Amino acid sequence: MKRIYVNEKWCLGCHLCEYNCAFSQSGAMDMATALKGIQIRPNIRVEEGGGICYAVSCRHCDDPLCVKGCIGGALSVKDGVITIDRDKCIHCYTCVVMCPYGAVMPSEDGAVQKCELCVKTKKGTPACVAGCPNGAIVFEERC
Amino acid sequence: MKYVIIGNGPAAIGAVEGIRKTDAAGEITLLSKEPHHTYSRPLISYLLLGKTDEEKMKYRPDGFYKENGVSFMPGVGAVSLDTENKTVKTEQGGVKYDRLLIAAGSRPFIPPMKGFETVEKRFSFMTLDDAKSLRDALTPDSRVLIIGAGLIGLKCAEGIAGLCKSITVVDLADRILSSILDRDAAAIVEAHLREHGISFHLSDSVEEFEGGTARLKSGEEIPFDVLVTAVGVKANISLASDAGGECGRGIKVNEKMETSLADVYAAGDCAEGTDSVTGQSRILALMPNAYIQGECAGRNMAGGDAVCDSAMAQNAIGFFGLHMVTAGAYEGDVYESRGENEYKKLFYKDDRLMGYIIIGDIRRAGIYTAMIRDKTPLSGIDFEMICENPSLMPFGRKRRAEMLGGVKA
Ligand SMILES: Cc1cc2nc3c(=O)[nH]c(=O)nc-3n(C[C@H](O)[C@H](O)[C@H](O)COP(=O)(O)OP(=O)(O)OC[C@H]3O[C@@H](n4cnc5c(N)ncnc54)[C@H](O)[C@@H]3O)c2cc1C
Ligand code: SF4
Ligand code: SF4
Repeated sequence: MKRIYVNEKWCLGCHLCEYNCAFSQSGAMDMATALKGIQIRPNIRVEEGGGICYAVSCRHCDDPLCVKGCIGGALSVKDGVITIDRDKCIHCYTCVVMCPYGAVMPSEDGAVQKCELCVKTKKGTPACVAGCPNGAIVFEERC
Repeated sequence: MKYVIIGNGPAAIGAVEGIRKTDAAGEITLLSKEPHHTYSRPLISYLLLGKTDEEKMKYRPDGFYKENGVSFMPGVGAVSLDTENKTVKTEQGGVKYDRLLIAAGSRPFIPPMKGFETVEKRFSFMTLDDAKSLRDALTPDSRVLIIGAGLIGLKCAEGIAGLCKSITVVDLADRILSSILDRDAAAIVEAHLREHGISFHLSDSVEEFEGGTARLKSGEEIPFDVLVTAVGVKANISLASDAGGECGRGIKVNEKMETSLADVYAAGDCAEGTDSVTGQSRILALMPNAYIQGECAGRNMAGGDAVCDSAMAQNAIGFFGLHMVTAGAYEGDVYESRGENEYKKLFYKDDRLMGYIIIGDIRRAGIYTAMIRDKTPLSGIDFEMICENPSLMPFGRKRRAEMLGGVKA
Protein backbone atom coordinates (compact mmCIF):
# COMPACT_ATOMS: atom_id res chain seq x y z
CA MET A 1 0.00 0.00 0.00
CA LYS A 2 1.13 3.54 -0.72
CA ARG A 3 2.02 5.52 2.37
CA ILE A 4 3.64 8.84 3.17
CA TYR A 5 7.35 8.46 3.84
CA VAL A 6 9.76 11.05 5.12
CA ASN A 7 13.12 11.89 3.55
CA GLU A 8 14.39 13.79 6.53
CA LYS A 9 17.48 15.26 4.91
CA TRP A 10 15.40 16.99 2.24
CA CYS A 11 13.04 18.79 4.61
CA LEU A 12 13.36 22.58 4.42
CA GLY A 13 11.20 23.28 7.45
CA CYS A 14 8.94 25.47 5.32
CA HIS A 15 5.69 24.08 6.88
CA LEU A 16 3.96 24.10 3.48
CA CYS A 17 2.74 20.55 4.16
CA GLU A 18 0.89 21.82 7.23
CA TYR A 19 -0.81 24.56 5.22
CA ASN A 20 -1.69 22.22 2.38
CA CYS A 21 -3.16 19.75 4.84
CA ALA A 22 -5.28 22.38 6.54
CA PHE A 23 -6.40 23.67 3.15
CA SER A 24 -7.29 20.18 1.96
CA GLN A 25 -9.39 19.60 5.09
CA SER A 26 -11.17 22.94 4.71
CA GLY A 27 -12.72 21.97 1.39
CA ALA A 28 -12.41 25.60 0.25
CA MET A 29 -11.45 26.70 -3.24
CA ASP A 30 -8.48 28.90 -2.53
CA MET A 31 -5.92 28.76 0.21
CA ALA A 32 -5.75 32.44 1.07
CA THR A 33 -9.44 32.74 1.98
CA ALA A 34 -9.54 29.30 3.61
CA LEU A 35 -6.67 29.91 6.00
CA LYS A 36 -6.59 33.67 6.42
CA GLY A 37 -6.35 34.67 10.05
CA ILE A 38 -7.08 31.22 11.47
CA GLN A 39 -4.89 29.02 13.59
CA ILE A 40 -4.37 25.96 11.39
CA ARG A 41 -4.75 22.46 12.81
CA PRO A 42 -3.04 20.20 10.30
CA ASN A 43 -2.82 16.41 10.55
CA ILE A 44 0.83 16.58 9.60
CA ARG A 45 3.20 18.48 11.89
CA VAL A 46 6.76 19.59 11.35
CA GLU A 47 9.10 18.94 14.25
CA GLU A 48 12.23 21.06 14.30
CA GLY A 49 15.20 21.81 16.47
CA GLY A 50 18.99 21.93 16.34
CA GLY A 51 19.03 22.31 12.56
CA ILE A 52 16.91 19.17 12.04
CA CYS A 53 13.36 19.13 10.74
CA TYR A 54 10.90 16.60 9.36
CA ALA A 55 7.16 16.15 9.07
CA VAL A 56 5.19 13.61 11.11
CA SER A 57 1.81 12.19 10.19
CA CYS A 58 -0.05 8.92 10.72
CA ARG A 59 1.93 5.88 9.53
CA HIS A 60 -1.21 3.91 8.68
CA CYS A 61 0.23 1.05 10.69
CA ASP A 62 -0.28 -2.56 9.67
CA ASP A 63 -1.01 -3.19 13.32
CA PRO A 64 -2.81 0.03 14.30
CA LEU A 65 -2.81 0.31 18.07
CA CYS A 66 -5.14 3.32 17.92
CA VAL A 67 -7.83 1.19 16.28
CA LYS A 68 -7.28 -1.67 18.70
CA GLY A 69 -7.55 0.63 21.67
CA CYS A 70 -10.44 2.87 20.60
CA ILE A 71 -13.14 2.51 23.20
CA GLY A 72 -15.91 3.71 20.93
CA GLY A 73 -15.31 1.80 17.72
CA ALA A 74 -14.71 5.17 16.07
CA LEU A 75 -11.41 4.27 14.40
CA SER A 76 -11.29 1.61 11.73
CA VAL A 77 -9.23 0.31 8.83
CA LYS A 78 -10.72 1.05 5.41
CA ASP A 79 -8.65 -0.38 2.53
CA GLY A 80 -5.56 0.06 4.66
CA VAL A 81 -6.34 3.67 5.56
CA ILE A 82 -6.82 4.28 9.28
CA THR A 83 -10.05 6.23 9.36
CA ILE A 84 -11.87 8.22 12.03
CA ASP A 85 -15.63 8.45 12.35
CA ARG A 86 -15.76 11.83 14.10
CA ASP A 87 -19.40 11.39 14.87
CA LYS A 88 -18.76 8.27 16.96
CA CYS A 89 -15.70 9.64 18.73
CA ILE A 90 -16.36 10.27 22.41
CA HIS A 91 -13.24 12.38 23.10
CA CYS A 92 -11.67 9.95 25.55
CA TYR A 93 -8.20 10.07 23.91
CA THR A 94 -7.37 6.42 24.46
CA CYS A 95 -6.07 6.49 20.90
CA VAL A 96 -3.67 9.29 21.89
CA VAL A 97 -2.30 6.99 24.61
CA MET A 98 -1.93 4.16 22.10
CA CYS A 99 -0.27 5.84 19.09
CA PRO A 100 3.54 5.48 19.20
CA TYR A 101 4.07 8.47 16.91
CA GLY A 102 1.80 11.06 18.44
CA ALA A 103 -0.04 11.17 15.14
CA VAL A 104 -3.63 11.28 16.35
CA MET A 105 -4.72 14.41 18.18
CA PRO A 106 -7.69 16.23 19.65
CA SER A 107 -9.28 18.66 17.21
CA GLU A 108 -10.87 21.96 18.03
CA ASP A 109 -14.28 20.42 18.76
CA GLY A 110 -12.79 17.57 20.82
CA ALA A 111 -13.19 14.66 18.38
CA VAL A 112 -9.83 13.35 17.29
CA GLN A 113 -8.32 14.22 13.95
CA LYS A 114 -5.69 12.35 12.01
CA CYS A 115 -4.26 11.95 8.54
CA GLU A 116 -6.51 9.89 6.29
CA LEU A 117 -4.30 10.25 3.21
CA CYS A 118 -6.82 12.76 1.82
CA VAL A 119 -9.15 9.92 0.78
CA LYS A 120 -12.16 11.91 1.99
CA THR A 121 -11.17 15.16 0.26
CA LYS A 122 -9.34 14.40 -2.94
CA LYS A 123 -8.11 11.59 -5.13
CA GLY A 124 -4.52 10.53 -5.68
CA THR A 125 -1.52 12.04 -4.00
CA PRO A 126 -2.22 13.55 -0.55
CA ALA A 127 -2.14 17.35 -0.49
CA CYS A 128 0.91 17.58 1.78
CA VAL A 129 3.03 15.45 -0.54
CA ALA A 130 1.73 17.14 -3.70
CA GLY A 131 2.78 20.52 -2.33
CA CYS A 132 6.17 19.61 -0.87
CA PRO A 133 8.74 21.60 -2.87
CA ASN A 134 11.70 19.40 -2.07
CA GLY A 135 10.58 15.76 -2.03
CA ALA A 136 10.94 15.59 1.75
CA ILE A 137 7.70 13.64 1.96
CA VAL A 138 6.74 11.16 -0.72
CA PHE A 139 3.73 8.96 -1.36
CA GLU A 140 4.89 5.53 -2.42
CA GLU A 141 5.03 1.82 -1.81
CA ARG A 142 8.03 0.92 0.36
CA CYS A 143 7.40 -2.11 2.53
CA MET B 1 -12.86 -25.63 12.21
CA LYS B 2 -15.60 -24.75 14.69
CA TYR B 3 -14.96 -21.75 16.86
CA VAL B 4 -17.11 -20.79 19.80
CA ILE B 5 -16.75 -17.43 21.52
CA ILE B 6 -18.39 -16.70 24.86
CA GLY B 7 -18.93 -12.95 25.21
CA ASN B 8 -19.71 -10.00 23.01
CA GLY B 9 -17.40 -7.24 24.21
CA PRO B 10 -14.10 -6.02 22.74
CA ALA B 11 -12.27 -9.25 23.59
CA ALA B 12 -14.86 -11.31 21.71
CA ILE B 13 -14.97 -8.93 18.75
CA GLY B 14 -11.16 -8.87 18.66
CA ALA B 15 -11.20 -12.65 18.45
CA VAL B 16 -13.61 -12.65 15.50
CA GLU B 17 -11.35 -10.19 13.68
CA GLY B 18 -8.27 -12.19 14.66
CA ILE B 19 -9.72 -15.46 13.37
CA ARG B 20 -10.86 -13.89 10.10
CA LYS B 21 -7.37 -12.55 9.35
CA THR B 22 -6.41 -16.06 8.30
CA ASP B 23 -9.48 -18.28 8.35
CA ALA B 24 -12.31 -17.06 6.16
CA ALA B 25 -14.24 -20.32 6.23
CA GLY B 26 -14.33 -21.66 9.80
CA GLU B 27 -17.66 -21.57 11.60
CA ILE B 28 -17.86 -18.99 14.36
CA THR B 29 -20.61 -19.08 16.98
CA LEU B 30 -20.80 -16.17 19.40
CA LEU B 31 -22.79 -16.48 22.61
CA SER B 32 -23.81 -13.26 24.32
CA LYS B 33 -25.65 -13.20 27.60
CA GLU B 34 -26.59 -9.58 27.00
CA PRO B 35 -29.21 -9.50 24.25
CA HIS B 36 -27.67 -6.54 22.42
CA HIS B 37 -25.59 -5.91 19.34
CA THR B 38 -21.98 -5.38 20.49
CA TYR B 39 -21.74 -1.99 22.17
CA SER B 40 -18.97 0.04 23.78
CA ARG B 41 -19.31 -0.56 27.50
CA PRO B 42 -17.43 2.60 28.56
CA LEU B 43 -19.93 4.68 26.62
CA ILE B 44 -22.84 4.01 28.97
CA SER B 45 -21.96 7.14 30.95
CA TYR B 46 -21.82 9.20 27.75
CA LEU B 47 -25.26 7.87 26.87
CA LEU B 48 -26.67 9.37 30.08
CA LEU B 49 -24.70 12.53 29.41
CA GLY B 50 -26.37 12.75 26.01
CA LYS B 51 -23.04 12.69 24.17
CA THR B 52 -23.89 9.48 22.33
CA ASP B 53 -26.93 7.35 21.56
CA GLU B 54 -27.60 3.64 21.28
CA GLU B 55 -26.95 3.71 17.56
CA LYS B 56 -23.57 5.44 17.84
CA MET B 57 -22.59 3.27 20.80
CA LYS B 58 -22.39 0.22 18.59
CA TYR B 59 -18.82 -1.04 18.81
CA ARG B 60 -19.04 -2.42 15.28
CA PRO B 61 -21.44 -1.62 12.41
CA ASP B 62 -24.79 -3.41 12.06
CA GLY B 63 -23.51 -5.79 9.41
CA PHE B 64 -20.59 -7.00 11.53
CA TYR B 65 -21.76 -10.52 12.38
CA LYS B 66 -23.07 -11.23 8.91
CA GLU B 67 -20.02 -9.88 7.12
CA ASN B 68 -17.76 -11.96 9.31
CA GLY B 69 -19.84 -15.12 9.01
CA VAL B 70 -20.63 -15.23 12.71
CA SER B 71 -23.72 -16.97 14.00
CA PHE B 72 -24.62 -14.52 16.70
CA MET B 73 -26.73 -15.80 19.57
CA PRO B 74 -27.95 -12.78 21.52
CA GLY B 75 -29.39 -13.48 24.93
CA VAL B 76 -27.83 -16.94 25.11
CA GLY B 77 -25.57 -17.50 28.08
CA ALA B 78 -23.01 -20.26 28.48
CA VAL B 79 -23.76 -22.28 31.61
CA SER B 80 -20.87 -24.74 31.78
CA LEU B 81 -18.13 -26.40 29.77
CA ASP B 82 -17.81 -30.07 28.98
CA THR B 83 -14.18 -30.13 27.96
CA GLU B 84 -14.19 -33.88 27.38
CA ASN B 85 -16.81 -33.63 24.67
CA LYS B 86 -15.72 -30.13 23.68
CA THR B 87 -19.15 -28.69 24.22
CA VAL B 88 -20.41 -25.46 25.73
CA LYS B 89 -23.66 -26.02 27.59
CA THR B 90 -26.20 -23.24 27.31
CA GLU B 91 -29.67 -22.80 28.74
CA GLN B 92 -31.01 -24.01 25.42
CA GLY B 93 -28.71 -26.95 24.77
CA GLY B 94 -25.12 -27.33 23.71
CA VAL B 95 -22.68 -25.97 21.13
CA LYS B 96 -19.70 -28.00 20.00
CA TYR B 97 -16.30 -26.40 19.56
CA ASP B 98 -12.87 -27.24 18.24
CA ARG B 99 -11.47 -24.04 19.75
CA LEU B 100 -13.17 -22.02 22.45
CA LEU B 101 -12.63 -18.49 23.71
CA ILE B 102 -13.95 -17.34 27.06
CA ALA B 103 -14.37 -13.56 26.88
CA ALA B 104 -17.07 -13.29 29.51
CA GLY B 105 -15.77 -10.10 31.10
CA SER B 106 -16.53 -9.21 34.67
CA ARG B 107 -19.45 -8.41 36.91
CA PRO B 108 -19.92 -5.83 39.63
CA PHE B 109 -18.53 -6.74 43.01
CA ILE B 110 -20.90 -5.75 45.78
CA PRO B 111 -19.36 -6.09 49.22
CA PRO B 112 -21.64 -7.24 52.01
CA MET B 113 -23.19 -4.12 53.53
CA LYS B 114 -25.60 -4.13 56.42
CA GLY B 115 -29.12 -3.15 55.46
CA PHE B 116 -28.31 -3.14 51.73
CA GLU B 117 -31.59 -4.92 50.94
CA THR B 118 -33.58 -2.14 52.62
CA VAL B 119 -32.50 0.28 49.88
CA GLU B 120 -35.30 0.62 47.41
CA LYS B 121 -33.52 2.03 44.38
CA ARG B 122 -30.09 0.50 43.95
CA PHE B 123 -28.06 0.00 40.82
CA SER B 124 -24.76 -1.17 39.44
CA PHE B 125 -23.16 0.61 36.51
CA MET B 126 -21.76 -2.02 34.18
CA THR B 127 -24.18 -2.60 31.35
CA LEU B 128 -26.38 -0.72 28.91
CA ASP B 129 -29.41 -2.02 30.78
CA ASP B 130 -27.96 -0.80 34.10
CA ALA B 131 -27.52 2.65 32.62
CA LYS B 132 -31.03 2.78 31.22
CA SER B 133 -32.69 1.65 34.43
CA LEU B 134 -30.63 4.14 36.42
CA ARG B 135 -31.73 6.89 34.05
CA ASP B 136 -35.35 5.86 34.48
CA ALA B 137 -35.04 6.02 38.26
CA LEU B 138 -33.59 9.54 38.33
CA THR B 139 -35.58 12.72 38.69
CA PRO B 140 -34.29 16.31 38.96
CA ASP B 141 -34.86 15.95 42.73
CA SER B 142 -32.89 12.74 43.22
CA ARG B 143 -30.07 12.71 45.73
CA VAL B 144 -27.64 10.07 44.51
CA LEU B 145 -25.15 8.19 46.63
CA ILE B 146 -22.32 6.45 44.81
CA ILE B 147 -20.17 3.90 46.62
CA GLY B 148 -16.77 3.84 44.95
CA ALA B 149 -14.61 6.69 43.64
CA GLY B 150 -12.95 4.61 40.95
CA LEU B 151 -13.26 4.99 37.19
CA ILE B 152 -16.71 3.49 36.98
CA GLY B 153 -18.20 5.37 39.94
CA LEU B 154 -16.87 8.72 38.79
CA LYS B 155 -17.81 8.17 35.15
CA CYS B 156 -21.29 7.42 36.41
CA ALA B 157 -21.23 10.64 38.44
CA GLU B 158 -20.29 12.67 35.39
CA GLY B 159 -22.94 10.93 33.31
CA ILE B 160 -25.82 11.68 35.69
CA ALA B 161 -24.70 15.08 37.00
CA GLY B 162 -27.29 16.86 34.87
CA LEU B 163 -30.07 14.40 35.68
CA CYS B 164 -30.25 14.65 39.45
CA LYS B 165 -30.09 17.09 42.33
CA SER B 166 -26.93 16.02 44.12
CA ILE B 167 -24.20 13.40 44.03
CA THR B 168 -22.24 12.15 47.01
CA VAL B 169 -19.38 9.69 46.58
CA VAL B 170 -18.04 7.51 49.38
CA ASP B 171 -14.81 5.56 49.15
CA LEU B 172 -12.66 3.60 51.56
CA ALA B 173 -9.46 4.89 49.94
CA ASP B 174 -8.02 8.22 51.01
CA ARG B 175 -8.13 9.56 47.47
CA ILE B 176 -10.20 9.26 44.32
CA LEU B 177 -9.15 7.11 41.35
CA SER B 178 -6.63 5.38 43.59
CA SER B 179 -5.84 2.70 41.00
CA ILE B 180 -4.56 5.19 38.43
CA LEU B 181 -3.62 8.44 40.18
CA ASP B 182 -1.11 9.29 42.88
CA ARG B 183 -2.03 11.58 45.74
CA ASP B 184 -1.17 14.89 44.06
CA ALA B 185 -2.92 14.04 40.81
CA ALA B 186 -5.99 12.78 42.65
CA ALA B 187 -6.20 16.05 44.57
CA ILE B 188 -6.31 18.04 41.32
CA VAL B 189 -9.07 15.90 39.85
CA GLU B 190 -11.01 15.84 43.11
CA ALA B 191 -10.98 19.64 43.29
CA HIS B 192 -12.23 19.77 39.70
CA LEU B 193 -15.06 17.35 40.46
CA ARG B 194 -16.03 19.29 43.58
CA GLU B 195 -16.26 22.41 41.42
CA HIS B 196 -18.86 20.52 39.44
CA GLY B 197 -20.91 19.92 42.52
CA ILE B 198 -19.87 16.41 43.49
CA SER B 199 -19.18 15.83 47.18
CA PHE B 200 -16.82 13.25 48.59
CA HIS B 201 -16.45 11.26 51.77
CA LEU B 202 -13.05 9.60 51.50
CA SER B 203 -11.37 7.19 53.92
CA ASP B 204 -14.90 6.28 54.87
CA SER B 205 -17.42 3.54 54.23
CA VAL B 206 -21.03 2.65 54.82
CA GLU B 207 -21.66 0.99 58.15
CA GLU B 208 -25.34 0.50 57.59
CA PHE B 209 -28.18 1.36 55.26
CA GLU B 210 -31.63 2.05 56.55
CA GLY B 211 -33.95 2.67 53.62
CA GLY B 212 -32.90 6.05 52.30
CA THR B 213 -30.18 6.75 54.84
CA ALA B 214 -26.58 5.62 54.84
CA ARG B 215 -24.72 5.73 58.13
CA LEU B 216 -20.98 6.00 57.59
CA LYS B 217 -18.14 4.66 59.74
CA SER B 218 -17.25 8.24 60.56
CA GLY B 219 -20.70 8.65 62.08
CA GLU B 220 -22.02 10.89 59.36
CA GLU B 221 -25.51 10.19 58.02
CA ILE B 222 -26.29 10.69 54.35
CA PRO B 223 -29.88 10.78 53.15
CA PHE B 224 -30.31 9.63 49.55
CA ASP B 225 -32.89 8.52 47.01
CA VAL B 226 -30.83 6.44 44.60
CA LEU B 227 -27.81 4.25 45.34
CA VAL B 228 -25.12 3.21 42.85
CA THR B 229 -22.53 0.64 43.89
CA ALA B 230 -19.29 0.84 41.93
CA VAL B 231 -16.77 -0.64 44.30
CA GLY B 232 -15.06 -2.88 41.82
CA VAL B 233 -15.49 -5.76 39.45
CA LYS B 234 -15.02 -9.51 39.70
CA ALA B 235 -13.86 -11.57 36.77
CA ASN B 236 -16.27 -14.14 35.39
CA ILE B 237 -14.07 -17.19 35.87
CA SER B 238 -16.53 -19.91 36.86
CA LEU B 239 -16.91 -21.45 33.39
CA ALA B 240 -13.18 -22.20 33.42
CA SER B 241 -12.71 -22.90 37.11
CA ASP B 242 -15.65 -25.33 37.26
CA ALA B 243 -14.07 -27.21 34.37
CA GLY B 244 -10.79 -27.45 36.28
CA GLY B 245 -8.99 -24.59 34.52
CA GLU B 246 -6.28 -22.81 36.47
CA CYS B 247 -7.53 -19.53 37.90
CA GLY B 248 -6.32 -16.79 40.18
CA ARG B 249 -8.49 -13.71 40.32
CA GLY B 250 -8.92 -14.28 36.62
CA ILE B 251 -8.58 -17.22 34.26
CA LYS B 252 -4.83 -17.78 33.93
CA VAL B 253 -3.50 -17.35 30.41
CA ASN B 254 -0.06 -17.49 28.81
CA GLU B 255 1.27 -15.11 26.17
CA LYS B 256 -0.74 -16.88 23.50
CA MET B 257 -3.94 -16.47 25.53
CA GLU B 258 -4.18 -20.21 26.12
CA THR B 259 -5.69 -21.36 29.39
CA SER B 260 -4.63 -24.55 31.15
CA LEU B 261 -7.53 -26.33 29.40
CA ALA B 262 -6.83 -27.82 25.97
CA ASP B 263 -8.13 -25.67 23.08
CA VAL B 264 -9.66 -23.18 25.48
CA TYR B 265 -8.50 -19.57 25.35
CA ALA B 266 -9.43 -16.61 27.51
CA ALA B 267 -9.12 -12.84 26.96
CA GLY B 268 -10.18 -9.51 28.38
CA ASP B 269 -11.55 -8.70 31.81
CA CYS B 270 -11.94 -12.37 32.75
CA ALA B 271 -8.31 -13.27 31.95
CA GLU B 272 -5.24 -12.95 34.13
CA GLY B 273 -1.94 -12.60 32.32
CA THR B 274 1.43 -10.99 32.87
CA ASP B 275 1.81 -7.23 33.18
CA SER B 276 4.82 -6.60 30.96
CA VAL B 277 5.94 -3.59 32.99
CA THR B 278 5.98 -5.16 36.45
CA GLY B 279 6.11 -8.83 35.55
CA GLN B 280 3.18 -9.45 37.89
CA SER B 281 0.29 -11.72 37.11
CA ARG B 282 -2.85 -9.61 37.06
CA ILE B 283 -6.09 -8.71 35.37
CA LEU B 284 -5.92 -5.55 33.30
CA ALA B 285 -9.59 -4.67 33.05
CA LEU B 286 -9.26 -2.10 30.28
CA MET B 287 -10.62 -1.85 26.81
CA PRO B 288 -7.37 -1.77 24.76
CA ASN B 289 -6.16 -4.80 26.61
CA ALA B 290 -9.38 -6.69 26.04
CA TYR B 291 -9.27 -6.11 22.29
CA ILE B 292 -5.55 -6.86 21.94
CA GLN B 293 -5.82 -10.08 23.94
CA GLY B 294 -8.94 -11.15 22.08
CA GLU B 295 -7.36 -10.53 18.71
CA CYS B 296 -4.24 -12.44 19.74
CA ALA B 297 -6.40 -15.35 20.94
CA GLY B 298 -8.33 -15.32 17.67
CA ARG B 299 -5.19 -15.50 15.56
CA ASN B 300 -3.91 -18.42 17.59
CA MET B 301 -7.24 -20.23 17.56
CA ALA B 302 -6.97 -20.10 13.77
CA GLY B 303 -3.57 -21.76 13.94
CA GLY B 304 -1.42 -18.65 14.14
CA ASP B 305 1.54 -17.93 16.33
CA ALA B 306 0.70 -14.57 17.87
CA VAL B 307 1.98 -13.45 21.24
CA CYS B 308 0.62 -10.77 23.46
CA ASP B 309 3.62 -9.84 25.56
CA SER B 310 3.20 -6.12 26.03
CA ALA B 311 0.13 -5.92 28.23
CA MET B 312 0.14 -3.00 30.64
CA ALA B 313 -2.17 -0.54 32.30
CA GLN B 314 -2.98 2.25 29.86
CA ASN B 315 -5.84 4.59 30.33
CA ALA B 316 -7.34 7.81 29.08
CA ILE B 317 -10.24 9.40 30.87
CA GLY B 318 -11.80 12.80 31.28
CA PHE B 319 -14.26 14.43 33.66
CA PHE B 320 -16.12 17.62 32.81
CA GLY B 321 -13.49 18.60 30.24
CA LEU B 322 -10.42 17.78 32.31
CA HIS B 323 -8.46 15.04 30.58
CA MET B 324 -5.90 12.67 32.01
CA VAL B 325 -3.81 9.85 30.65
CA THR B 326 -1.88 7.24 32.59
CA ALA B 327 0.18 4.17 31.79
CA GLY B 328 2.53 1.60 33.24
CA ALA B 329 3.72 1.40 36.82
CA TYR B 330 4.59 4.26 39.16
CA GLU B 331 8.00 3.04 40.28
CA GLY B 332 11.47 4.55 40.34
CA ASP B 333 12.74 8.08 39.96
CA VAL B 334 10.35 10.84 39.03
CA TYR B 335 10.42 13.68 36.52
CA GLU B 336 7.76 16.18 37.46
CA SER B 337 6.41 19.34 35.91
CA ARG B 338 3.41 21.41 36.82
CA GLY B 339 1.55 24.35 35.42
CA GLU B 340 -1.91 25.75 35.90
CA ASN B 341 -4.22 22.77 35.48
CA GLU B 342 -1.24 20.83 34.12
CA TYR B 343 0.44 17.96 35.83
CA LYS B 344 3.00 15.54 34.51
CA LYS B 345 4.93 12.82 36.25
CA LEU B 346 7.21 10.38 34.47
CA PHE B 347 8.52 7.39 36.41
CA TYR B 348 11.78 5.77 35.33
CA LYS B 349 14.20 3.18 36.60
CA ASP B 350 16.86 0.78 35.29
CA ASP B 351 17.33 2.85 32.13
CA ARG B 352 13.68 2.62 31.08
CA LEU B 353 10.46 4.52 31.42
CA MET B 354 8.11 2.70 33.79
CA GLY B 355 4.99 4.81 33.77
CA TYR B 356 3.37 8.23 33.62
CA ILE B 357 0.52 10.33 34.90
CA ILE B 358 -0.44 13.36 32.83
CA ILE B 359 -3.35 15.70 33.49
CA GLY B 360 -4.29 18.50 31.13
CA ASP B 361 -2.08 18.57 28.07
CA ILE B 362 -2.30 14.95 26.95
CA ARG B 363 -1.02 15.50 23.42
CA ARG B 364 1.29 12.83 21.98
CA ALA B 365 1.34 10.85 25.23
CA GLY B 366 1.48 7.68 23.13
CA ILE B 367 5.15 8.37 22.48
CA TYR B 368 5.72 7.79 26.19
CA THR B 369 3.50 4.71 26.15
CA ALA B 370 5.59 3.27 23.31
CA MET B 371 8.78 3.85 25.30
CA ILE B 372 7.32 1.86 28.18
CA ARG B 373 6.03 -0.87 25.87
CA ASP B 374 9.29 -1.16 23.90
CA LYS B 375 11.46 -0.82 27.03
CA THR B 376 13.41 1.84 25.13
CA PRO B 377 16.85 2.32 26.78
CA LEU B 378 16.84 5.88 28.06
CA SER B 379 20.59 6.14 27.64
CA GLY B 380 20.11 5.89 23.87
CA ILE B 381 17.84 8.94 23.57
CA ASP B 382 17.80 12.55 24.71
CA PHE B 383 15.83 11.85 27.86
CA GLU B 384 15.81 15.41 29.12
CA MET B 385 14.30 16.57 25.86
CA ILE B 386 11.56 13.96 25.84
CA CYS B 387 10.64 14.64 29.45
CA GLU B 388 9.73 18.18 28.54
CA ASN B 389 7.89 17.38 25.39
CA PRO B 390 7.00 14.09 23.72
CA SER B 391 8.30 14.15 20.13
CA LEU B 392 10.34 11.97 17.82
CA MET B 393 13.34 14.33 17.93
CA PRO B 394 15.04 12.68 20.95
CA PHE B 395 15.20 9.30 19.20
CA GLY B 396 17.82 10.34 16.66
CA ARG B 397 18.00 10.09 12.91
CA LYS B 398 18.51 6.36 12.58
CA ARG B 399 15.50 5.36 14.67
CA ARG B 400 13.42 8.03 12.95
CA ALA B 401 14.28 6.60 9.56
CA GLU B 402 12.70 3.37 10.79
CA MET B 403 9.68 5.14 12.21
CA LEU B 404 9.00 7.54 9.35
CA GLY B 405 11.06 6.41 6.39
CA GLY B 406 10.04 2.78 6.13
CA VAL B 407 13.63 1.65 6.81
CA LYS B 408 13.63 -1.82 8.37
CA ALA B 409 15.06 -2.01 11.87
C1 LIG C 1 -18.84 2.46 33.14
C2 LIG C 1 -17.57 1.86 32.60
C3 LIG C 1 -16.61 2.71 32.06
C4 LIG C 1 -15.44 2.17 31.56
N1 LIG C 1 -14.54 3.04 31.01
C5 LIG C 1 -13.41 2.56 30.47
C6 LIG C 1 -12.49 3.43 29.83
O1 LIG C 1 -12.69 4.64 29.76
N2 LIG C 1 -11.37 2.91 29.29
C7 LIG C 1 -11.12 1.57 29.34
O2 LIG C 1 -10.10 1.14 28.82
N3 LIG C 1 -11.98 0.71 29.93
C8 LIG C 1 -13.11 1.17 30.50
N4 LIG C 1 -13.99 0.30 31.09
C9 LIG C 1 -13.65 -1.12 31.14
C10 LIG C 1 -14.00 -1.84 29.85
O3 LIG C 1 -15.35 -1.64 29.56
C11 LIG C 1 -13.70 -3.32 29.96
O4 LIG C 1 -12.35 -3.50 30.27
C12 LIG C 1 -14.02 -4.06 28.67
O5 LIG C 1 -15.35 -3.92 28.30
C13 LIG C 1 -13.68 -5.54 28.82
O6 LIG C 1 -13.99 -6.21 27.65
P1 LIG C 1 -14.34 -7.76 27.65
O7 LIG C 1 -14.63 -8.10 26.24
O8 LIG C 1 -13.30 -8.51 28.36
O9 LIG C 1 -15.64 -7.90 28.56
P2 LIG C 1 -17.06 -7.20 28.48
O10 LIG C 1 -17.04 -5.96 27.69
O11 LIG C 1 -17.53 -7.12 29.87
O12 LIG C 1 -17.93 -8.25 27.69
C14 LIG C 1 -18.26 -9.49 28.25
C15 LIG C 1 -19.49 -10.00 27.58
O13 LIG C 1 -19.69 -11.36 27.94
C16 LIG C 1 -21.04 -11.61 28.17
N5 LIG C 1 -21.13 -12.77 29.06
C17 LIG C 1 -20.77 -12.86 30.35
N6 LIG C 1 -20.98 -14.10 30.81
C18 LIG C 1 -21.46 -14.82 29.78
C19 LIG C 1 -21.89 -16.17 29.62
N7 LIG C 1 -21.82 -17.04 30.61
N8 LIG C 1 -22.34 -16.56 28.41
C20 LIG C 1 -22.42 -15.67 27.37
N9 LIG C 1 -22.04 -14.40 27.48
C21 LIG C 1 -21.57 -13.98 28.66
C22 LIG C 1 -21.56 -10.33 28.76
O14 LIG C 1 -22.95 -10.20 28.54
C23 LIG C 1 -20.76 -9.29 27.99
O15 LIG C 1 -21.44 -8.91 26.82
C24 LIG C 1 -15.19 0.79 31.62
C25 LIG C 1 -16.15 -0.05 32.17
C26 LIG C 1 -17.33 0.46 32.66
C27 LIG C 1 -18.35 -0.46 33.24
S1 SF4 D 1 -2.75 7.07 14.41
FE1 SF4 D 1 -0.80 6.23 15.18
S2 SF4 D 1 -1.26 4.09 15.78
FE2 SF4 D 1 -2.94 4.81 14.47
S3 SF4 D 1 -2.37 4.09 12.44
FE3 SF4 D 1 -1.63 6.23 12.63
S4 SF4 D 1 0.48 6.04 13.35
FE4 SF4 D 1 -0.48 4.03 13.66
S1 SF4 E 1 -10.87 9.75 21.38
FE1 SF4 E 1 -12.39 9.03 19.89
S2 SF4 E 1 -11.20 7.89 18.34
FE2 SF4 E 1 -9.88 8.14 20.17
S3 SF4 E 1 -10.20 6.25 21.37
FE3 SF4 E 1 -11.66 7.78 22.17
S4 SF4 E 1 -13.54 7.40 20.97
FE4 SF4 E 1 -11.87 6.39 19.87
